[in-house]
Amino acid sequence: MQDLFFYLFAALTLLCGFLVVANPFNRNPVTSAMFLALTIVSMAGLFVLLHAFFLAAVQILVYAGAVMVLFLFVIMLLDLKEEQRRTANKFGIVSGIISVGAITVIFIKAIFESHATATDTTPVLEGATQPLGRMLFNDYLLPFEILSVLLLVAMVGVILLSKKDLR
Amino acid sequence: MHVGLEHYLVVSALLFCLGLLGVVLRRNLLVIYMSLELMLNASNLALVAFSRFNGHLNGQVMVFFIITVAAAEVSVGLALIVALYRKRQTAHVEDLTTMKL
Repeated sequence: MQDLFFYLFAALTLLCGFLVVANPFNRNPVTSAMFLALTIVSMAGLFVLLHAFFLAAVQILVYAGAVMVLFLFVIMLLDLKEEQRRTANKFGIVSGIISVGAITVIFIKAIFESHATATDTTPVLEGATQPLGRMLFNDYLLPFEILSVLLLVAMVGVILLSKKDLR
Repeated sequence: MHVGLEHYLVVSALLFCLGLLGVVLRRNLLVIYMSLELMLNASNLALVAFSRFNGHLNGQVMVFFIITVAAAEVSVGLALIVALYRKRQTAHVEDLTTMKL
């Protein structure tokens, strides 16, 4: 049953990911954003299968909620027209596809060459919220605090960047 | 065949390469940004899978950090795109050639 769900969610993730980057029917950025949201939701399903329940919730709240709304706001703000079919650079497309294909082959081959030592599927730790929070506030307290400063810096930077008279 | 670590890693690798393909091929700045998000998500999936099959939670804490940094990165990047659009009226990378030699 779990295997079935894995294949379902993996197929959904990859299909929607493909439709984000290369939708053959519609090149509107809004469509890409919607498929990105679907990719993220199905990836949250994969997280649930991996017993990372808290991260699945965070994934949906932060990515599918906040980040996607930000993307859609900007798309609507810029009022982008449907991307006109420009004369695409054939050489660039072909070389891009070849190089990315080569990287894919290297990845897959590396995964199957390195017979991963940890293949026992016995759940040692459940990714529940409590142990995660305990770890976050004990072992990772300094990175956590640095992260809060980073968020503050990002906020100040965004306010400065979106000023009307940007010098 | 039982689903193991390799299955998740293969999905993650394929998703990462899809994102890379989008960054290389697409010409719209916003779609390039979405492809970047796809690549970050692929790395998150690999980290969660490693964390699950190695039996400790360090990977999940790392994913938590990555999600936060990605949110900050998206907000700054989109603000940059909006500022750029105000100046140039375009979100197309081939029109942005000021730094070209």
